[in-house]
Amino acid sequence: MRDTFISALLEHARVDPRIMLITGDLGFGVFDQYRRELPQQFLNAGVAEQNMTGLAAGLALEGRTVFTYSIGNFPTLRCLEQIRNDVAYHGANVKIVAIGGGFSYGALGMSHHATEDVAIMRALPGIRVYAPCDELETRRLMDCLVANPGPCYLRLDKSKVSGSENCRFDPASLRCLKEGADLAIVGYGGILAEALDSAAALAAHGIDCAVYSAHTLKPFDAEGLAAIVRRIPALVTLEEHVSTGGLGGTAAEVLVRHRILPERFLSLSLPDAFSSVVGSQEYLRERLEVDAGSITRQILKMLERQP
Amino acid sequence: MKSLLSTAELARRIRRHAVEMTHLGRSSHVGSVLSMTDIVAVLYGAVMKKDPQNPQWPDRDRFILSKGHAGAGIYAALAESGYFEVAKLRTHYQDGSDLSGHVSHKGIPGVELSTGSLGHGLPVACGMAKAAQLDNRGHRVFCLLSDGECDEGSNWEAALFAAHHRLANLVVIIDYNKIQSLAPVEETIGLEPFGAKWRAFGWGVVEVDGHDHAALNAALQPGAAGPGVPHCLIAHTIKGKGVSFMEQSVLWHYRTPQGDEYTRACAELDAEL
Repeated sequence: MRDTFISALLEHARVDPRIMLITGDLGFGVFDQYRRELPQQFLNAGVAEQNMTGLAAGLALEGRTVFTYSIGNFPTLRCLEQIRNDVAYHGANVKIVAIGGGFSYGALGMSHHATEDVAIMRALPGIRVYAPCDELETRRLMDCLVANPGPCYLRLDKSKVSGSENCRFDPASLRCLKEGADLAIVGYGGILAEALDSAAALAAHGIDCAVYSAHTLKPFDAEGLAAIVRRIPALVTLEEHVSTGGLGGTAAEVLVRHRILPERFLSLSLPDAFSSVVGSQEYLRERLEVDAGSITRQILKMLERQP
Repeated sequence: MKSLLSTAELARRIRRHAVEMTHLGRSSHVGSVLSMTDIVAVLYGAVMKKDPQNPQWPDRDRFILSKGHAGAGIYAALAESGYFEVAKLRTHYQDGSDLSGHVSHKGIPGVELSTGSLGHGLPVACGMAKAAQLDNRGHRVFCLLSDGECDEGSNWEAALFAAHHRLANLVVIIDYNKIQSLAPVEETIGLEPFGAKWRAFGWGVVEVDGHDHAALNAALQPGAAGPGVPHCLIAHTIKGKGVSFMEQSVLWHYRTPQGDEYTRACAELDAEL
């Protein structure tokens, strides 16, 4: 998704000289072509995320569309107050891009586990939050980011869903990756690949499972979720993120507000703990029970079915 | 774009407003306003290109008050410069007011940036200066910092950036009154050798008496700190300047002028008329 992001950015920046990219000294080799073609639209702020974000706000207040780029928690938590005060309060046209959502950099340790970012960014007034699951969503969300002024956060993941390019995308709506009648899994990011694998496994148990991508977490498609729950009796939310402030809570809140309760509800997320154990994204998902096998097992338990 | 008022009279009025605003609002930081007042008066009264009738004029010089707790002084400077009605100053710090204790831009023409958490102004000023540099625009960006604020690491990130990018259109002014929130700067987190630090970061540094209007005016002219480098003006000031019993006192970082103190402060400032 990183490569899709940078190629989409380059396409937009070629035709819009107001677009600028600022990296916090990360993205080795990734920006070579961009820098070569558009040196006036590129800055390396060095290892200094607070300055990077304030700088971005200043450039944006002077009329530019500024993308800040770094990995994990660096472009978000390290400079959170700059995002809150300088970017969000001023409605500055700054797009914060983090590569490495969830356990993308699982083996690098807890400093690089981006597992609270969505909750924290969602809490800031005026910031839109996006977490695409595949290349198509990344590309289409980039179009939205560029077309709509104002602050936002784009969470990119190392893992991704494959084979979903023909699923219809509408920026305002939850996106159906797979139809189903018995159960719906709604999640965001590359972990939806696990959801699709789980849906295939559930089919062997005679369970027809739908999968939806919540690529836009704020503003959230509340009507879309309500419509899904009206049609499909059981709901599972899935995220590579702690439960506090995540999609599970959002879904529960939306449904209570709409007075539509699913017959069964399960929120699959990460525990309220840091992982000192490291490993690949796949390993950590399995260990923390958000991989396809664990998802299937927990769904069967919820439905009181034998594994 | 010279103001109709002399910078001396503008400074006196800013001080008088600040004392009244902090009195009416029962708010803090009057000492911080008084120490920077002459700098602000010279900027708004003599140095900066501005158009109060067109606050978004693209060629205006930008001013960022990074020491946002002295917001009362900027509101007073803006009102006296014609950006909004002077009468509005009396709402400062009151219920329902948009003149917050720390400077806010929303609904206030002439405020470029809302601040209040220290260490935010200079990175944003770098962004504005970088934009002007990229677009070959002639305006300058002024950013006023407090001394205590220089404890914040974000300033030094920005200082590195500005020198690396040779932001000669960027002027940092430090209101060096040598007293921070709880105690003198040198007893808190010492800054000396302060000018040498900025020079070592690649800035051109000028040091002046921050209450001498002619010296401030000269030191704020383009190129005064040397060609091709960002410009740092260390203004040696007196906290609480202009009200005898507030001068050089940590107490007046937080204390609100009330009763006899308020009356005496007003009398001293009115006597300058």
